[in-house]
Amino acid sequence: MQCKDMLGSLSDYLDGELEAQWCAEIERHVAECGNCRVVVDTLQKTVLLYRTYGHEEIPEDAKDRLYAVLNLKAVR
Amino acid sequence: MYNLALRLMADPHEAEDVLQETFISAFRALPRFEGRSQLGTWLYRIAYNAALMRLRKRRVRTESLDEPGVAEGVDLAPRQFTDWTALPDKLLLRRELRDSLNAALLTLPESLRGVFVLRDIEGLSTAETAAALALTETNVKVRLHRARLALREKLSAYFASGAPSAGSHKELVSHAM
Ligand SMILES: [Zn+2]
Repeated sequence: MQCKDMLGSLSDYLDGELEAQWCAEIERHVAECGNCRVVVDTLQKTVLLYRTYGHEEIPEDAKDRLYAVLNLKAVR
Repeated sequence: MYNLALRLMADPHEAEDVLQETFISAFRALPRFEGRSQLGTWLYRIAYNAALMRLRKRRVRTESLDEPGVAEGVDLAPRQFTDWTALPDKLLLRRELRDSLNAALLTLPESLRGVFVLRDIEGLSTAETAAALALTETNVKVRLHRARLALREKLSAYFASGAPSAGSHKELVSHAM
């Protein structure tokens, strides 16, 4: 397996949606290729960072305004 | 839904407007909804369309038609090979980290950003995202992968070079004290 062959499968690999045989090939390649190892690790970290810190709560005042608008519409 | 609107509009006030429009449209359309799709997915779809409509208007106003950042179909080959995985948690303050995540996200074209937000930030499944954005599941997967690779490049460039700056070291120290 070459570097470019695994690139397209990395998201499926990280999401656990890749067949076992392909996973094994990726792991074999990554064990020998430092660049691809970094790509896999940092790609995984990228996803993890957004999952952990990417979510923003709607501000309370925006929520209040939203409820106010919707109540108004419902009453009419 | 707020996150989808916020990431697409890149403006909290406009995101709020999108949310209001979404619920108003939804209440109006509710009698015709008939449970054809999941309620949550349906609301995401209304929000997405409302956001796109506003973006289209905004673009006409500013006369800039091309999307910044990674065009679809662009070469995806990795360019950054620095391992920064240990950095963000150890050294960066949350606010600085969030700022860099937001900045990277905004460089994605909206077609990729919408998919990424629904899948990796809102946590929708591939099928739910496909239904919400009127895409095939294959298309969702392709776009998600492109989005992740592009974000990895951005974050790598950021974490491997500029950050953490001397300033943030100082900030970190004062924060710790
Ligand atoms: Zn390789």
